[in-house]
Parts: sequence; C-alpha cells; structure tokens
Amino acid sequence: MHMADALLSPAVGISMWAAAGTAAAIASRRLRQQADDQLVPLMGMLGAFVFAAQMVNFGIPGTGSSGHLGGGLLLALLLGRHAALLVIASVLTVQAIFFADGGLLALGANVFNLGVVPCLIAYPLVYRPLAGTAPSDTRRAIAIAVAAVVALQLGALGVVLQTALSGLSSLPLDTFLWLMLPIHLAIGLVEGVATAALVLFLRRAWPGLLEGEAPGRRPAAARARPLLAALAVAAAVTGGVLSWFASVRPDGLEWSVTYAAGTDALVAPGDGLHGHLARLQQRYAWLPDYDWPAADAAGAGAAPAGAAAASADPAPWPHPKPGTSVAGVLGGVVTLALVTGVGWLLRRRRARA
Amino acid sequence: MPRIGSALQELRAIESLAARDTPLARQDPRAKLVATLLFVVTAASFERYVVAGLLPLALFPTVLAARGDIQGRLLARALWLASPLAVMVGLFNPLFDRAPMVELAGIDVSGGWVSFASILVRFALTVSAALVLVAGTGMPMLCAALGRLGVPQSFVTQLLLVYRYAFVLVDEAARMATARRLRAPDQPRPGLSVYTAMVGHLLVRAVDRAQRVHRAMIARGFDGEVLPTRALRWRAADTVFVVGWCAWFALVRSVDLPGSLGAWLAATTA
Repeated sequence: MHMADALLSPAVGISMWAAAGTAAAIASRRLRQQADDQLVPLMGMLGAFVFAAQMVNFGIPGTGSSGHLGGGLLLALLLGRHAALLVIASVLTVQAIFFADGGLLALGANVFNLGVVPCLIAYPLVYRPLAGTAPSDTRRAIAIAVAAVVALQLGALGVVLQTALSGLSSLPLDTFLWLMLPIHLAIGLVEGVATAALVLFLRRAWPGLLEGEAPGRRPAAARARPLLAALAVAAAVTGGVLSWFASVRPDGLEWSVTYAAGTDALVAPGDGLHGHLARLQQRYAWLPDYDWPAADAAGAGAAPAGAAAASADPAPWPHPKPGTSVAGVLGGVVTLALVTGVGWLLRRRRARA
Repeated sequence: MPRIGSALQELRAIESLAARDTPLARQDPRAKLVATLLFVVTAASFERYVVAGLLPLALFPTVLAARGDIQGRLLARALWLASPLAVMVGLFNPLFDRAPMVELAGIDVSGGWVSFASILVRFALTVSAALVLVAGTGMPMLCAALGRLGVPQSFVTQLLLVYRYAFVLVDEAARMATARRLRAPDQPRPGLSVYTAMVGHLLVRAVDRAQRVHRAMIARGFDGEVLPTRALRWRAADTVFVVGWCAWFALVRSVDLPGSLGAWLAATTA
C-alpha cells in the first residue's frame, strides 16, 4: 500500500526521504563499484516489467478478490539487493508522478516501505538464511513466501508508524495496527505465492536466469548490518532533529525559512514582511464575529500556529464558534472562486494569443 | 494502480501534453521541480484542522495548468485513479474525533469531519501539483533537471529507461491480457497458473529485450553511463518564478487569507 502525501507531516516525510536517499546513494555507489554495463539496460527493463506486471491481476479462488506482484523480492532475487533497491525506487518514482500513487513528499516513505524493507531487510535477513546455498524448489518457495510475509508486515508497520507520527489521522495506533497487519498478512501470503510460482516458472523456462542469486555472491547478512545501522542512525538523527524543531516551533516552514536565510529577521514580528503581515492580521482581528483560532484547536479557517500560540489555548475541547466557521467557509468559497477565475483568465489570454 | 488500458491512456496523454511548446514547457525544469517540492512541503506543513487556509495554495497548480494548457479533466481523472489510502484512512477521522468544532448553518460539525476535509484538500492539491509538473515538463527534461540537481547519474538513467520501456512492456502486457480474455471470456481474471505463465513470459521477454538493447547500446559506444542529451539554461524568469511562488507559499502559510477575506466580507455585508 502506497503511503500518501495527504497523511504525512513534513518532519516525517523529510526524515523518510533522508533514510531512503541514504540507502539509494549507498546502493548506487556499490553498483558503480561492480561496473557491470549489462546491468544498466537490464535494470531499466526489469523496472518497466514490474511496472507492467503490477497491472496484471490474478483471481484468488473463493474470495472474489485479486492479487498482484509486489516486485521488490523478485527483483532482489534476480538482480541482487542494491540494484533491486534502485529499480524499485525508480518504479515508485514513476508511479508517484504519473499515477499519483503516493506523492512526492511520500516518495521517501514509499521507497523505504516497499523498497528498503524487501530488498535490504527481507531478502538478506529472511530469504537468504532460510533458502541456504542450493535450495530445493520447495525450500525456495517457502523461503520466498516467508520473506514476502515479513516484508509486507514490516512495510505495513512502516505505513502505520509514519501515519501516526504525522498526526493527521485520528485513527488510534492500536486500531490502525489491527486493521493493517492482518490485511497485509493476507496480501503478503498472496504476493509470496505469486513470487514463488513465478520463480519456479523461471527455473524451468530460463534455467540460468536466477543463477546470480545463489552461489558466488557474498553472504548478505553480514554485509547488510553496517548499512542497516547507517540507515537507522540517519533516520533517527534527521527525525530527532526535525521533530525537535517541530516541537519548539510548530511552524516547520518558518523554521526552514529561518534556517535557509541564516537569520531570524523573517520570524521576528514587527520587522520586515512577516511583521507587516502580522500587523495586517491583527488589524483584521477585531472585526466582529471573527476569532483568530489558536493553534491545534482551531476552526475551519485556522491560522498558522507560532510557538506562543501553541500554549495559548488550554481548553482540550474546542468550542464551536459560528462566526468563525461562517468566515472560514465564506472566505474559502471566495478563494476558490478567485483561483478558478485566475486560471480561466490565463487560459483565455492564451487562447487569444 | 490503474488497470492496463487506462494506464496506457494516461501515460500517452501525459507524454503528448509534455511534448507541446507552452509557456510552462519553456520554463527551466529545475525551477518547476523546486517550486513543486516546496509546494508539497508547504501543503503538508499546515495544522490538521486547516481547510480554508489551504485553498489559496490551489493557485499554484491552477496557474501552471493554465500556462501549460493542461485540462482540468486530466487532473480530475488522475484524482479518481490515485491510490485510495489517504481517503480510506481519512474516513476514520470522523469516527474517532467526534468533538464538535465548528457550526455550519446551525449544525455542529465534529473535528473529525474537518480534519477529513483537510486531508481531502491536501490530497487534491499534492496530486494535481505532481501531475501538472510532469505533464508540463516531460520525463526526459525532468530527469535532466534531477541530474543537474545532484541526483546520481545511475539513478537518473534508471528512471529514463524505466519510463521508456514502461510504454513497451505495458503495451505487451495489455496485448497478453486481451489475448487471454479472448480465450476465456467467462473468466474476468486468470487463475494463478495462467497468471504465472503470462507474467513469466513477460519477464523472459523483458530480459531478452534488455540483452538486445545492451548490444545495440554497445554498438553506439555505450560505456556504462547514459549522458544527458539536453542542455538546460537558467534564465532570470526562472528565478522570478521560484522566488515569486516561494513568496506566495510563505504568505499563504503565515496569513489566513480566506479567513480574513471571509471576516471582511461578513463585516461589510452585515
């Protein structure tokens, strides 16, 4: 399941970008060291294959539902874990920008849940030890199924944790876990069966194709540990740093503006553009029947929350304020009309030109 | 993930849109990429109960779509096909967050419905911005921008190849699916064994094709890296584009424009 932009906070989204980006950069460097120019077209083609194969569904007998290939584990079997991670990341990027599967901010989270988890955790730490060096068909199929289930469970756990940490969903953590994990147990089993069936088919159809994954390659588990440690540290550091700033100053964008400008002149009220806007904001504030909502507990037209505003409202239950809502809805409708009008005008001007 | 037919249609529609010469297409792809990323982060940075405050952000995809001649129909279709996770998870908000928050026409609306509406608005904004970006830029130019912005060349090459061959392989998968449906019209979906044979053959053909492509690439002097073919030129207009939109995002984020507009309207009409 693809994580979505609309459920993510910037702190979580950017942390996951950092973690996935670190993994992809390491994988990229490893591949350059291999310097196998055959891999380039093969990786491109297999990415396109996963993209196409995910659109072919098979019926699951007796349920009326359908399943399809996940791809991460199969790619790791065919290409090794580093190339597989890059291929999955490229497929997810294309899906994000062409089909809005996930989104740009959620891309890091998706590459982590659907790429790093199957390629760098499930494949080296579950599949390889279970399959051993020269597995029989049955042992190989079981190892694939178990690895697929583990990958899907961890991926679903990732979605739940990222959603919960972002704080946009009201679903309690335990309820969300109880919804996601059993569903993904089933999906994992279906995906595992599909992947295993496909791998056994390939063993007959093209015996040499899967050779790359068995002998000759270094045992993966030992090499995976430093990489996983680096990933965990990168995620923890960025997450910790970002969430610290987020808690001190809930307005993440203001923080990044300050950080980028190297000065807090933009943030200090009474100074420059922000101060001017803040004064403008205060001038409107005395208008009848309208309240500037404070921080989290806000009306439909909530104002940005500064550090001071966050502690301003002690009441846990917000009280409905009809005036506020009317202003929010009215303002929202007029804003939408204005935006649409601007778009329409621009199109007309272009049509005339 | 959409079904094969609509996916192919979507890919082709976007590619033909991106191939046209519009004011949006002439903009440097780096400017569009940076502005879109800032847009998405801004949209995500709002508090969970903000709905109206997010709406001025819609100016960004609206203006870009108008400058790129991208029809609203395409955006609406993309929203319809997009992954439903956000909507499904968001639907739980009204169940768990029942404290009344706002009052509309005498009816109390709970915080859950407000935050659900907020998730839907974010969803529409981020999905349309990403689609406008690719439909007004095209994948090759977007990849060139990524390369110039420091993304490793191996990943940029990978993206380009996946995009190029996605057309070929999705087309092939669609033909396989049609052939199967003609042979088994009463079965809407294949069973596992037929599925395995279909997807397995698709994979075998893909690997075979990759080997042919590799030989063709070597014949053309390929040495492990695909070089970017297009030069990018950053103009003053691109700086104005990025700075202008950043200023708009900062304004929308720091001042509740619809709120003050509504309050002003309510005050003047009262």
